Amino acid sequence: MAECHPVGFQWVMEAKRRGATVIHIDPRFTRTSALADTYVPIRAGTDIAFLGGVVNYILGNELDFREYVLAYTNAATIVDESYQDTEDLDGLFSGFDPEKGVYDPGSWQYAGHAPDSGDTDADRETARPLRHESHGPPIPAGTERDETLRHPRCVYQILKRHFARYTPEMVERVCGVPREKFLEVCQAWTRNSGRERTSALVYSVGWTQHTVGVQYIRTGAIIQLLLGNVGRPGGGVLALRGHASIQGSTDIPTLFNLLPGYLPMPHHAQHASFSDWVAAIRHPGQKGFWADARAYAVSLLKAYWGDAATAENDYCYGHLPRMTGDHGTYQTVLNMVDGKVKGYFLLGQNPAVGSAHGRAQRLGMANLDWLVVRDLYLVESATFWKDGPEVATGELVPEECRTEVFFLPAASHVEKEGSFTQTQRLLQWREKAVDPPGDCRSELWFVYHLGRIIRQKLAASTLPRDRAVLDLAWDYPVSGQHDEPSATAVLREINGFEVASGEPVSGYTALKDDGSTACGCWIYSGVFAGGVNQAARRRPGAEQSWVAAEWGWAWPMNRRLLYNRASADPSGRPWSPRKAYVWWDAGKGRWTGHDVPDFEADKDPSYRPPLGATGVAAIAGDDPFVMQSDGKGWLYVPTGLIDGPLPTHYEPAESPVANPLYRQQSNPARKTYPRPDNPLDPISAVFPYVFTVSRLTEHHTAGGMSRHLEYLSELQPEMFIEVSPELAAERGLSHLDWAHVVTARAVVEARVMVTDRLTPLRVAGRTIHQIWLPYHWGGAGLSVGDSANDLFGIVLDPNVLIQESKVGTCDLRPGRRPTGPELRRYVDGYLRRAGLRKG
Amino acid sequence: MGVRSWIEGWPVYRQLAGDDPTGRGEAVRSPRTAALTSRTETADSVARSVCPYCAVGCGQRVYVSGGRVTQIEGDPDSPISRGRLCPKGAASKSLVTSPRRQRRVLYRRPYGTDWEELDLATAMDMIADRVLAARAQTWEDVDEQGRPLHRTLGIASLGGATLDNEENYLIKKLFTALGALQIENQARI
Repeated sequence: MAECHPVGFQWVMEAKRRGATVIHIDPRFTRTSALADTYVPIRAGTDIAFLGGVVNYILGNELDFREYVLAYTNAATIVDESYQDTEDLDGLFSGFDPEKGVYDPGSWQYAGHAPDSGDTDADRETARPLRHESHGPPIPAGTERDETLRHPRCVYQILKRHFARYTPEMVERVCGVPREKFLEVCQAWTRNSGRERTSALVYSVGWTQHTVGVQYIRTGAIIQLLLGNVGRPGGGVLALRGHASIQGSTDIPTLFNLLPGYLPMPHHAQHASFSDWVAAIRHPGQKGFWADARAYAVSLLKAYWGDAATAENDYCYGHLPRMTGDHGTYQTVLNMVDGKVKGYFLLGQNPAVGSAHGRAQRLGMANLDWLVVRDLYLVESATFWKDGPEVATGELVPEECRTEVFFLPAASHVEKEGSFTQTQRLLQWREKAVDPPGDCRSELWFVYHLGRIIRQKLAASTLPRDRAVLDLAWDYPVSGQHDEPSATAVLREINGFEVASGEPVSGYTALKDDGSTACGCWIYSGVFAGGVNQAARRRPGAEQSWVAAEWGWAWPMNRRLLYNRASADPSGRPWSPRKAYVWWDAGKGRWTGHDVPDFEADKDPSYRPPLGATGVAAIAGDDPFVMQSDGKGWLYVPTGLIDGPLPTHYEPAESPVANPLYRQQSNPARKTYPRPDNPLDPISAVFPYVFTVSRLTEHHTAGGMSRHLEYLSELQPEMFIEVSPELAAERGLSHLDWAHVVTARAVVEARVMVTDRLTPLRVAGRTIHQIWLPYHWGGAGLSVGDSANDLFGIVLDPNVLIQESKVGTCDLRPGRRPTGPELRRYVDGYLRRAGLRKG
Repeated sequence: MGVRSWIEGWPVYRQLAGDDPTGRGEAVRSPRTAALTSRTETADSVARSVCPYCAVGCGQRVYVSGGRVTQIEGDPDSPISRGRLCPKGAASKSLVTSPRRQRRVLYRRPYGTDWEELDLATAMDMIADRVLAARAQTWEDVDEQGRPLHRTLGIASLGGATLDNEENYLIKKLFTALGALQIENQARI
């Protein structure tokens, strides 16, 4: 955190100054470790084993915050009797289909619920679980509970059995963390949690970029729920995201499987008709706010297609494209390699350096009809045809590369107005300082005018497929010498408005399902409440409370802390005075406090839903998790995940050791792309070392915004590899000399940094060496070097289709790598020795 | 200058005799320093902005003189950052003013070995033509069972996490209407 989010880290240091204990768990000692009370080195890819050990410690010693767990989580809920755990099946859950490599989750459900198996394969292909970023998956109403937590099939007991083998000894064996060190973490965490105290858990892509990434975060969430650290000040599971508006581009997604506000992009078989689609979103009979989803869906279609969207034509539902499977970025790139994609837009992203398997990225781009790159600088993805690594190896010859490339310079953040959504869901509006220079234009300008020109060209078309383009509501006011469209007008559309009057709606509860409202993203509804750009609010922090509710605007409804009903006990009183956040004011009959209550403002804590209630009315006065279909925090996930209801330690897709916990080696449901140009090394002596990558403070992602700058290039001038003194001795490497790293995909060279920031670990009775590389470098800019992401293959988490690019296996050799055609022969030699290629 | 004022003007004397024993403030301040005016004081205008790098969302103040960005500093009003910026945020003036920044459209024709210049309006028109051609060549109306597909898998887009919400909204809206599904960004990686 100190390295990659340094200014955010000031608050950790504030907490430390006030007595908080800071624990840092990372394969590599960083600036965060230097400032932490405890640093725990860990083997990359084993966090579920570590965190599972903490769960086992909590349950084994009955250290959970019992009142919170009983009232606010699904610990007491009874699971179906057909459920079988990884304990019963040696690392698999019940329902696994080895042919397809997917689960039928029918047996994971709560007792008494009819199985709703669906098509898990299609769900994996379309990363369906990503929808749950704003709300839990649907389950039928009514659950069987045992408030004593003694029933053998209640979640609490299942959890206890599932994690029983995650002992301190096992943690040591799997993670390479000495048991004393592990127990120190367990004791600090549990001691600092409960009625009077809370602990926060902070993670980043070190957790998400794994074939078990979602389950990493689930394990963290289980601990935080067991300890009562969710929905309370000072608690939480906090994701630190790495781009200025990466949260915004998830909420208002430029993602293939989502529409704004986590509505699903229609699937050709699952959502053939409008009513299928709406029913799949709403799930009639479901508890919680998601039951009003028809209004969100209809309002989105009205925002897209305006007057053309009517009740008679299902609000132009037929205009939406349909998914048939995996259309994610990695499948798309492999399709490019295979010549199936004609044109590609790169809008401020540099996959030649930033995405896994850089060679596939570049060879894919070399096989397009055309490519449009919009960026501030000439990034590697714009120049791969001229000076990319494949030009050097002879795999790509400019005179033979057919891709037509347009480079359009982009406007910078100070040359346009608009909003970013930062990592805590906070929208902050930026004022424009100056006009963009030369041909530089905003993305808003580019997309608006591209759409305008295309609509002009199609104006006389009678083809049915062009209706969706011609019907589009595409009438934004423009101003200035370049006809810049109004970002404010777009934000108003995102907020939503009454169709008849054009007046902005006050929030998503004002949205209607009859076409009388339009709304571009229902979770952002309220950002323009009262006709005021709430994201532009800048009341100084020093002039308001510590919650700072008048700086920017957070979704939903300016709530700064989600599920904050849980900061009060079931009767509505703060768990303790020092942890008071929102509470029930019985005199006024309202929820009140420091933040906007994430609960119906006048719902009495004693409210109990009448029999057969659905939607919001079915949420009891003591159910804080209002976006969950049973109002509870889920320790156990009966539906909605592809790879199991509970986290289980699997080895990474590439690992030097056999899974010490189960016979099942790696995530059985991981998404693979088996093809000759994407080899993965399951476990071989040819690649004996573990490697991991991350960022440096002085550079940003693929370097497009940092390696072209003088100051930053001077601060971190060169690509390097960090190795421990022990590994340097084993491989004959000298500090500052060259070395190269080889994987089944690529070979990368860099200067050697011999440092005790890395340390050999004892794992399963042997020594495991880990090496670390920054992933910022490429061939363009003031500071150039080989790209670490070239080392990775493509294998993904099955829930969200994020690649495993935080761990792999490699060899490490002194000296520089081969150049020219010899380079591929060198890698091929490794593949043959590893048995991954014949001949 | 008398001897006394010469001695009193000496920083070490001022450090020992004055209120600044560590010599980090008034004691070492020269008349030249006192006469300096910072760019932030003489700016024509100040835009309140947000750092474009990571997602912490630090507040920035962008100072403009004569239509040019002259300084970018942390915004002390921000309850998130309290005026601080990291090395990247502090270098963001270079990000926007660097002479290395590309300010003109470039074009590489198929099988070309170097960039050529191209007019922006011409580029926009050519791109629109190519989108329509790719869409026409790869359009899929229905699946094998006659269910609607209404899409093209011939066009893809990548990127959005460095852009504004409003921009992501229009990107998704236009590409969805064009039937392009393979719209992705850094959030997937």
